[in-house]
Amino acid sequence: MISESRRDYYAGGLMILIGGGAAVIGSTYKVGSLTQMGPGFFPVCLGVMITFMGVLIALAASVGAKAGADIMDAHHALPAHPDWRGWGCIIGSVAAFILLAEYAGLAPATFFCVFIGACGDNDSNVKSSALLAGGVTVFAIALFSFVLHVQIPIVRGL
Amino acid sequence: MDTGLGGLMHGFSIALEPHNLLWCFVGVMVGNLVGVLPGMGVLSAISILLPLTFGMKPVAAVLMLSGIYYGAQYGGAICSILLNLPCHPPHAVTCLDGFPLTKQGRGGVALGITMLGSMFGAAFGILQMIFFAPYVANVAFQFGAPEICSLMLLGLLAGSTLAKGSPLKGVAMTLLGLILGIMGTDVNTGVERFTFGVVDLSDGLELVALSLGLFGIAEFLRSVNNTAPLNLAYTNIKMSDMVPTRDDIKRSAFPILRGTLVGSLCSCIPGTGPTIASFVAYATEKKVSKTPERFGHGAIEGVAAPEASTHSSVQGDFIPTMSLGIPGDAVMALLLGALIIHGITPGPRLIVEHPDLFWGLIASFWVGNLILIVLNVPMIGIWVKMLMIPYKYLYPSALFFICIGVFAARNSLFDVGATLALGIFGYLLVLLKFEPAPILLGFVLGPRFEENFRRALIISRGDLMTFVERPISGVFLGFCFLLVGAQIYVRFVKPKVAAAAGVAGHAAE
Repeated sequence: MISESRRDYYAGGLMILIGGGAAVIGSTYKVGSLTQMGPGFFPVCLGVMITFMGVLIALAASVGAKAGADIMDAHHALPAHPDWRGWGCIIGSVAAFILLAEYAGLAPATFFCVFIGACGDNDSNVKSSALLAGGVTVFAIALFSFVLHVQIPIVRGL
Repeated sequence: MDTGLGGLMHGFSIALEPHNLLWCFVGVMVGNLVGVLPGMGVLSAISILLPLTFGMKPVAAVLMLSGIYYGAQYGGAICSILLNLPCHPPHAVTCLDGFPLTKQGRGGVALGITMLGSMFGAAFGILQMIFFAPYVANVAFQFGAPEICSLMLLGLLAGSTLAKGSPLKGVAMTLLGLILGIMGTDVNTGVERFTFGVVDLSDGLELVALSLGLFGIAEFLRSVNNTAPLNLAYTNIKMSDMVPTRDDIKRSAFPILRGTLVGSLCSCIPGTGPTIASFVAYATEKKVSKTPERFGHGAIEGVAAPEASTHSSVQGDFIPTMSLGIPGDAVMALLLGALIIHGITPGPRLIVEHPDLFWGLIASFWVGNLILIVLNVPMIGIWVKMLMIPYKYLYPSALFFICIGVFAARNSLFDVGATLALGIFGYLLVLLKFEPAPILLGFVLGPRFEENFRRALIISRGDLMTFVERPISGVFLGFCFLLVGAQIYVRFVKPKVAAAAGVAGHAAE
């Protein structure tokens, strides 16, 4: 758990980082003037404004911390236990889809996308995940390959 | 404008064409399903189906995507009342009295009243759109670039500060959305911006990838192994349970009327969508009631008013989107994006240039709501069964649909990767208590905002005063200042009052 004001410092910092980055990159395009705006004008303005918002968020956090406002919704803070299994499986599921769709075809991509995703639930086991993955794969092939003609072959190299 | 009734007749002839009718049916059906299933969102559902509409005619596509939105409102009520799960924000407040009613064995009646209220609210919202939207568009015909700019600014500010969460963070998210929106090749100069040398980004970030990352994958990362256990003890509801007694109807008639009015008012203010409408309606009901102590223990008024207001505001939400091209919330931003993808320029000319679309859409609202009543009343038992599908089967399947949906948008696996990255980034934002919805608003309006800003300043030869000197634009900017001033007043000048209100709000939850 991190405290409310601490989190808002991070939030402000993230915005300063993004805004500053956008402004710096934006300034490498031609900025121009108000009369003759270049492609860099808008990005630089936005970048500066996001940075400014970041500063305000951090400032408001320090003011809020003094007023004792962070008791108000402390229960919205970070999850107490990081759920590496769930997160890893969801990220792995999409990554598997990308890799397998590129190199193996729609059927394996679908199967492993659903299978890996389903493994992320703490109550799941290999059998239930595989059953679900199989079911979705059959449905997906029927719908996306035969009805909608999605541009991925069912199995590559056949 | 004399085309009101004639336009509507024309609209019905379009909405009742067999294939439009079919897609309208598919839309409301999917919407209802998404609404019933805990843990599924309207934004994800619309985003997944959006690429599938590329091959369809624009009218059919918009009918279907809109159907998902208002269809989900019917399903969401079932979820709130019977399971006590506030999975759809507009229906969160319905739980307060809906679930106690369910525990008393009157869940069916609560649903019956909800249907009555929904029907009335929706009908009022649609009528409002028929009479109001053409009028608004007529006024907006006179807008030049400065007016459009100021109006967009007002819409963006309202969308980011009036929604839930901290207004500062909301504005930051909107600005972030604007930046994401101008990624890719600049239309005026051909310079590639923020593409980092990636060819796939030269066309800009894909709308579907952004919304499925932020609202699909980020949502799954948040809720995996973290969902409330389902309490299915009270889900045995049949159609005959839904018939309200004469007393129930008498009690809910005025709350429905008041809720509807609150909802239609909220839909006129940009940025205050159905969620705020339903909360305001509930608070109003509690205030005018002679017996406010009954609220929270199963008062039927506490179900009728917020549900009616949700539906009237959902339909009214379409007015600024269709008549001005300024979306009020993330769902409307997505629909606007769909219009642009289908080659339709949103804005005040839409009603005149695409009467088929505009009046067809309105007529389909009538048709769609009718279908929803038919789907929900006699077939309530089937939807209640759907509540039992566990989340562990839902989200892996949804992950696959996200992948294939993003891929189908432009046959690019790069976009699927971008979705994943945006999802992780979105989850980080959620952890830092940012509200990602305004990003979508900024993203859709970004390119048009920049274009009109440039144009306004070219015409005025670089004089920023043009935004203030032109009366209509000046009025919009005045509203912007009022909005910001009011926020500062509430947050900093009267923090004690706000804190007290916040504590009271938490106590009510």
